[in-house]
Amino acid sequence: MIRVFAVLVALWGSSLQAETMKLAVTTSFHNSGLSEVLLPAIKADIGLDVQLLVVGTGQALRLGQAGDVDAILVHSKSAEEAFIADGYGPYRREIMYNDFVFIGPQDDPAGVSKSGNAIDVLTRIFSASSRFVSRGDESGTHQKELALWADADLDPNEFGRWYNAVGAGMGASLNTASGLNAYIMSDRASWLNFGNKGALSLLYSGDPVLFNQYAYLPVSSTRHAHVNVDASEALEAWMTSAAAQKLIDGYTINGETLFIFNAKPD
Amino acid sequence: MNDIWSGIEAAFWLVITLDADLVDITLRSLQVSLTALIIASAIALPFGTWLAIRRFRFRRAVIATLNALMGLPPVVVGLIVYLLLSRSGPFGVLGLLFTPTAMIIAQVIIITPLIASITHQAMRELWAEYHDLLISLNTSKSQRIATLIWDGRRTLLTAALAGFGRAIGEVGAIMIVGGNIDNATRVLTTAIALETGKGDFALALGLGFVLIALALLVNFAIHALSRTEREGRW
Repeated sequence: MIRVFAVLVALWGSSLQAETMKLAVTTSFHNSGLSEVLLPAIKADIGLDVQLLVVGTGQALRLGQAGDVDAILVHSKSAEEAFIADGYGPYRREIMYNDFVFIGPQDDPAGVSKSGNAIDVLTRIFSASSRFVSRGDESGTHQKELALWADADLDPNEFGRWYNAVGAGMGASLNTASGLNAYIMSDRASWLNFGNKGALSLLYSGDPVLFNQYAYLPVSSTRHAHVNVDASEALEAWMTSAAAQKLIDGYTINGETLFIFNAKPD
Repeated sequence: MNDIWSGIEAAFWLVITLDADLVDITLRSLQVSLTALIIASAIALPFGTWLAIRRFRFRRAVIATLNALMGLPPVVVGLIVYLLLSRSGPFGVLGLLFTPTAMIIAQVIIITPLIASITHQAMRELWAEYHDLLISLNTSKSQRIATLIWDGRRTLLTAALAGFGRAIGEVGAIMIVGGNIDNATRVLTTAIALETGKGDFALALGLGFVLIALALLVNFAIHALSRTEREGRW
């Protein structure tokens, strides 16, 4: 019995912690690998331990509403503005942007690579009834996709079996698309970092409507008194600093820049 | 097949180089699941034994419920614990969500019925054997429970190990209540889910092999510590 106890005491070990805060971020931000560059730099520069909760934008906003995190970093402007209008956060601060791309089978049965713009891409996929994987999880990427279908005057609810809403994160959805050899809309960073590309390739990108703005929203401390305001402000100051700009603009995969810093100084 | 080979290779290198992250999440897996196991055993072993001895009105219903709860869906447990511990939930002031404590709470709820149910099954047979002796010695209820637990300790070990197996391999609940935070609540199973999401099957599989090895190791260690299955000491 004493031996069992000794093992347990050893397991508990020391877990002393520096200043910590919880930040809900989108899967696309984390899957891009940028967080692994930024977090150690934040720890080194301002001594702050940022604990990331990697979820979709919808769930990130829910975590902020419930006060379970100190701040959120998401990319869905209309949802963010609703969040602020409801008093869950005081303001939003734009940090950086990346872009969405269309991925699909290399032989491209719908002819997506010949499209002129993003609406054209969706119309081609629709008229060919080619298999398409949708995130279907209320994330920023999913909301963007739905907005684009609406712009194309098409309603996903009326689509046939070729339209697969998987209700999963970016990586899991890409796995599904890879398995089905289907079209999918992804953010560029997640795609470049994805390890299971299979027979898929990048077919279309570049329409300005596909730009994807990330914003930082502190959680309201009037609504949730326990929110770590000092840490949240320190992180915001760092995320908008020149140090962050250097790391964000300098982050590349296979020579491609993923994020473009566009925060305005105070 | 290629993926499986590269998974074995990844597992090999992770273990050989004692990868710092791997050691960290492995220890956290053990910490969470062993703590949950001890708490659950402290509740379930006496309760299961008591249930075998005691005759009362709703005994059948309680046993049936207990057996049904063995199949409690972890995702639902996770969701309920999440809602209870959320800052806007009833226990929000404790600030426990997304901590290892929250993961332990969820696992205790998941494995307690399993351990209690197996304990009850085993103790019922032992009780049939010991019934006359313990009654004629005029023992108290707590003495009977203590005797049965001690004499049935081999079977109870099996019950506890079943509980541990379910806890260490569980992902649905701890993903929800733990949040899979790097260096804080990431354990082996949630790390596997994460790497699968990134499409890095080799690393995911590598972690999976480490998890299986860990479960084997803990089982061997507990058997060695409690000296079961040795010659002359059945």
